[in-house]
Amino acid sequence: MNIFHVLFKSSIGKKVIMALTGIILFGFVIGHLTGNLQIFSHPDKINAYAHFLESLGPALWAIRLFLLAVVVLHIWFAAQLTLENRRARPVGYDKQITLRATLGSRYMRYSGVVVLAFIVYHILHFTVRMTHGPEAYPMTILADGAAVRDVHSMMVLGFQNPLLSVFYLISVGLLSWHLNHGLVSMFQSLGLRTRVWTGALEKVVAAICILYFLGNAAIVVGVMSGQVRIQNPQVAGYACRTNCEICGARTAEAITESAETSEDNQS
Amino acid sequence: MKVTLRVWRQKDSQSAGQFEEYDADGLNPNMSFLEMLDVVNETLTEKGDEPIAFAHDCREGICGTCSCMIDGKPHGPESGVTTCQTYMRSFKDGDVITVEPFRGSAFPVQRDLITDRDAFEKIMQAGGFITARAGSCQDANALPIAKDVADLAMDAASCVGCGACVAACKNSSAMLFVSAKAGQLNLLPQGQPEKDSRVLNMVAAMDEAGFGNCTNQYECSAACPKLISEEFISKLNRDYLVASVKGLFESKAL
Repeated sequence: MNIFHVLFKSSIGKKVIMALTGIILFGFVIGHLTGNLQIFSHPDKINAYAHFLESLGPALWAIRLFLLAVVVLHIWFAAQLTLENRRARPVGYDKQITLRATLGSRYMRYSGVVVLAFIVYHILHFTVRMTHGPEAYPMTILADGAAVRDVHSMMVLGFQNPLLSVFYLISVGLLSWHLNHGLVSMFQSLGLRTRVWTGALEKVVAAICILYFLGNAAIVVGVMSGQVRIQNPQVAGYACRTNCEICGARTAEAITESAETSEDNQS
Repeated sequence: MKVTLRVWRQKDSQSAGQFEEYDADGLNPNMSFLEMLDVVNETLTEKGDEPIAFAHDCREGICGTCSCMIDGKPHGPESGVTTCQTYMRSFKDGDVITVEPFRGSAFPVQRDLITDRDAFEKIMQAGGFITARAGSCQDANALPIAKDVADLAMDAASCVGCGACVAACKNSSAMLFVSAKAGQLNLLPQGQPEKDSRVLNMVAAMDEAGFGNCTNQYECSAACPKLISEEFISKLNRDYLVASVKGLFESKAL
């Protein structure tokens, strides 16, 4: 039997694709959260990190296209499996009770759709940068004087909008819920789940999902409580008298100067 | 005791069906659900009405013939029993009980509560067998099998093929049935020669029959009258993947 037939046509193969694409996407969201948590340290940290990612050029595009392909496969096969499942029972029961299916497992489609809507908005917001005016996408300079995108301020500005924060919390909450079923399911679909360690697996997965949610929620709480605040004087509307290595603030003049120098260098 | 039945009545596979209500009076709580249906049918026959058609055979929970969705759960409210082992004492006096046939595209309703489960036979024909030397019996214990393996294979072998797994699954997936049948043989030495072709062929037959896909919710295992573990589904997935990958590198005869 052809391996492509097995993977793309058979019922088990489609589930394997769901599992494999799911693992990749799980790895991505964990990496993404780790990157985001840098917001709690000096603004230069996350700004330099974002600058590094942007400067990858073709490699960045390769990663983006790979992730897009993975997301498309995950959704495509989810849709295909759902349609097949509907066809498998065209006439339902008058009465059917749920015996042990978890709530999260029964609403995977809905949590998935909300997360997809969030991802689309998120990319338009921060990658395409078209949801807000230019004031939402400031520039800053690193300690070495390089002019970079001020991702730190972009994030803080974003979370200062309560509507966006609520949407964000709902989305990562639903994603954690989605993962709670998805992560255990991966092991089942790949044939690695056994009774011996199912209990431990479910607990570890639940812990990972709760930690994932708390990690994301911490950023919102950090911004809302004022713990994480804008330190770019051009955005904050105040000017420090000196460049400050403690809070990461730079004088407005220093940023303007640096921007001009880097423009000169480019021309 | 007295209960009211809401029973699905359907003349044949082509006709549209509908629910009919019947009062079942003067019941003994220790009657089985099927015996209660017998009593209702007797009254219906006396009145000249068509009795309710339902599938039954051994009436001791080992043949897998009886198949009813009783109040939203295959085989009724109790766990680990078939319809024939469900007793009226599991219900309260005055209950309204909804009785429906098992449903799914691969399980067309033939009449009233009887579902055509021929798709299971097709899956069995595809790989639910072993090749063995015919003739006189082998010596006892000539083929050693470890106790834990024998026990696990016995768990899978307890499947009576009733179809409750398909009926309970919101996707009408037959994964628990196929995994039990394939798993039982794949665990034992007698099943090794066809191990790979068995899983590939049985899964192909399952897909072809129009069963849905597993969404790992394990309603099947909870509804199974033999409480077969969903662990066998994991094993089926594993055996299927191994067989597929092995097939890539296997030398083929000319």
